[in-house]
Amino acid sequence: MTSPQETTAEVPLRRLLPRVPDRFAALGAVLIVLIVLAAIMAPWLAPYPDEPRPLEGSLPPGAAHWFGTDQLGRDVLTRILYGARTSLSIAVSVLAVSALAGVTLGVVAGYAGGWVRDAIMRVTDVFLAFPALLLSLALAVVLPPSVTTVILAIAVTWWPWYTRLAASVAASIATRPYVDAARCLGVPAPLIVWRHVLPNSLTPVLVQMSLDAGGVILTAAALSYLGLGAQEPTAEWGLMVQQGQTLFTTNWWIGTFPGLAILVTAFAFNMLGEGLRNALDPRARKVT
Amino acid sequence: MLRYLARRLGQALLVVAGVVVLTFTVMRLVPGDPAVAFAGPKATPEELDAARERFGLDDPLPVQLVAYVRDLVTGDWGVSLHTRQPVRDDLYLAFPASLELVGAALLIAVVVGIPIGVLAARYKTKFPDFGVRFGSMLAVSVPVFWLALALQLLLAGRLDWFPVAGEYDSSLDTTSPLTLWTNITVVDALITGNWPILTSTLHHLVLPALVVAAYPTGVIAQMTRATLIEESGQDHARLERALGFGETSILTKFALRPALSPVLALIALVFAYSIVNGFLVEAIFNWPGLGSYAAEAIRSRDTPAIAGVTLLVALVYVLANLVVDVLQGFLDPRARTR
Repeated sequence: MTSPQETTAEVPLRRLLPRVPDRFAALGAVLIVLIVLAAIMAPWLAPYPDEPRPLEGSLPPGAAHWFGTDQLGRDVLTRILYGARTSLSIAVSVLAVSALAGVTLGVVAGYAGGWVRDAIMRVTDVFLAFPALLLSLALAVVLPPSVTTVILAIAVTWWPWYTRLAASVAASIATRPYVDAARCLGVPAPLIVWRHVLPNSLTPVLVQMSLDAGGVILTAAALSYLGLGAQEPTAEWGLMVQQGQTLFTTNWWIGTFPGLAILVTAFAFNMLGEGLRNALDPRARKVT
Repeated sequence: MLRYLARRLGQALLVVAGVVVLTFTVMRLVPGDPAVAFAGPKATPEELDAARERFGLDDPLPVQLVAYVRDLVTGDWGVSLHTRQPVRDDLYLAFPASLELVGAALLIAVVVGIPIGVLAARYKTKFPDFGVRFGSMLAVSVPVFWLALALQLLLAGRLDWFPVAGEYDSSLDTTSPLTLWTNITVVDALITGNWPILTSTLHHLVLPALVVAAYPTGVIAQMTRATLIEESGQDHARLERALGFGETSILTKFALRPALSPVLALIALVFAYSIVNGFLVEAIFNWPGLGSYAAEAIRSRDTPAIAGVTLLVALVYVLANLVVDVLQGFLDPRARTR
C-alpha cells in the first residue's frame, strides 16, 4: 500500500477546511458537533438526574422516558448523554497521549535517520504485531479496571502508528532545501526539528487522529463491555450494553440505545476522517 | 528474491522476539503473587514455596525470561489457572474453532465486499456509490458485541431462523459422533462425511460469521472501490476507452486484477484483526473458540492463558504479514525494494 503522506506533508491545515466538499464529511462534522455539545451540556440537557429510582423498575420507551429506563430505574437517555462525556474524554486522552509520544519519537527517527530510525522502527514493529484490542486486553487484565486503565491500555497500542507516520513525513521534510539552508546556517538540530520539521509534519497526523477517533471509541467500548474499563455507577456506553445484555430479550432498550450511541459516534468520526483524508490526498481528490 | 526473503524473515524473527519479551513483561506486571494465584488462597507456606520453585519465581528476571523462552520453544506454554490444563492443549482445541469462524467471515467479506466495491466504482458519485460508502462506513463503525446481541435477539430469538448459540447441536454427539482430525468441525465433518454435524455447524455458523464479517466487508469494499477508481484513471484505462471498451468491462477485465493486490494485503491484515474482534462475538454466541477461552480467562484473571492467547494471535499476525509480503514480493518485484 502506498501512503499519501509524502504528497500531503506541506498542506497547511487551514487551507484544507474550505475544501471539504464531501457531503459525508459534512454529515460527520455536524454529528460530531452535536455529540460534543451533548457531552458538554449533559447536566442541562438530561431530562432526569443520573440516579437510581429502584421503585419504578425498568420502564419501556415512552413519552416520559424516550429511551426507557434501566433495571435500576435510571433514565437511559440521561445516561447516554453522560456517557458521551466518558467516551469523548477517553478518545481525546488516548489520541493526545499516543500522538504526543508517537510524534516525538517519529520526528526524531525521521530527522535523525540511520540507526536511530532503525532502532525506533523495530520497536514499533513489535507493538504493531499485536492487534490493538488484543494488547490492550492483555494490559487491561493485569491492571485494575478503570477509565485510566482503558486510556493507558489503548494508548500503548496506538502510538506506533503515529511514530511511523511522523517518521516518514519527517524523513521527506529533512531533505527539503529550507532544512538544508537552516543546517548550513548552523541552526542546532533540535531547533530545526522544532521549528521546521515538527510543524510541517502535523497535518497528516491530525488527519490520522480524526480517522482513528472512531476506532479508539470502539476499542474503549469493547474493553468496558468486557468489564475491564469504567465501573458502576459511571455512565459508559460499552458498560451500559453489557448491563443490558442479560435482559436483552425482554428489556431490549437498556442495551440497544447505548450501542446505537457508540455506532453513531464512531460513524461520525470515520466519516469526517475519510473526508479530511480525501481532501488532503490529491490522488483521491482527482476522482471524486 | 532470495535476499528479500531472508531479510523479511529476519525482520519477522526480530518481531517475534520482541513480542515474546513484551508478553513476558505484561505478565510480570500482574499485581499479586502468581504463586498464590496458582496454589490458591488456602495454600500452606510450603505449597507456596513449591509453586515458586516450580515456576522459578525467586530467580532474577532475565533468568526467568530465558526460562520462559526455553519453555515456549519446547512447547510448554504454562498451565491455565482455570482449566488446570496445559495452555497449549487448550489453544489446540480452541484455535481451530476460531479459524472456522473467521474463515467463514472472511469468505463472506470477500464474496460481498469485492463486488459491491466494483459496483460503487462503476457508479461513482451516483446513488449506488453513496449506498455502498454509507453502508461500508456503518459496517466498520458498528460495535461487534452490540451487533451480535441485536442479531441474536432478532434473527435467533424473535424470528427463530438460526440457533441462538453453540457450534452444533450437541445431541448429535451421541447419534453421529464426530471423528476429530483437524479440530475444525466443518472440515472434519466434511472429510468423514458426517452430514448431520456438517449442516448443523453451518446453520450455527451463519449468525456469528455475519457479525464478524461486518468489519472486513466494509474495509474490503472501501479498498476495492478506492483502488479501482485509481486504476480507471490510469493510462491503460484511457487506451481501453479509446478502443471502445465500456466502463464495466474496463473495470472488471483490466482494472480489477492490479487492484486486487492491495486488497489481498488488506485481507491478511483484517484476518488477525477479525480473530480478536471474534473474541467478543464468540463469547456471546458461545462459540468454543479462542474468544470464549479468553473471556473465561479474563473473568478468572488467568494470566498464563491470557499470555498464551496473546502470543498465539500475535504470531498469527506476524505470519500473515510475512506471507503477504512474500507473496507481493513474488508477484511484484518493486515490492522487494521497499
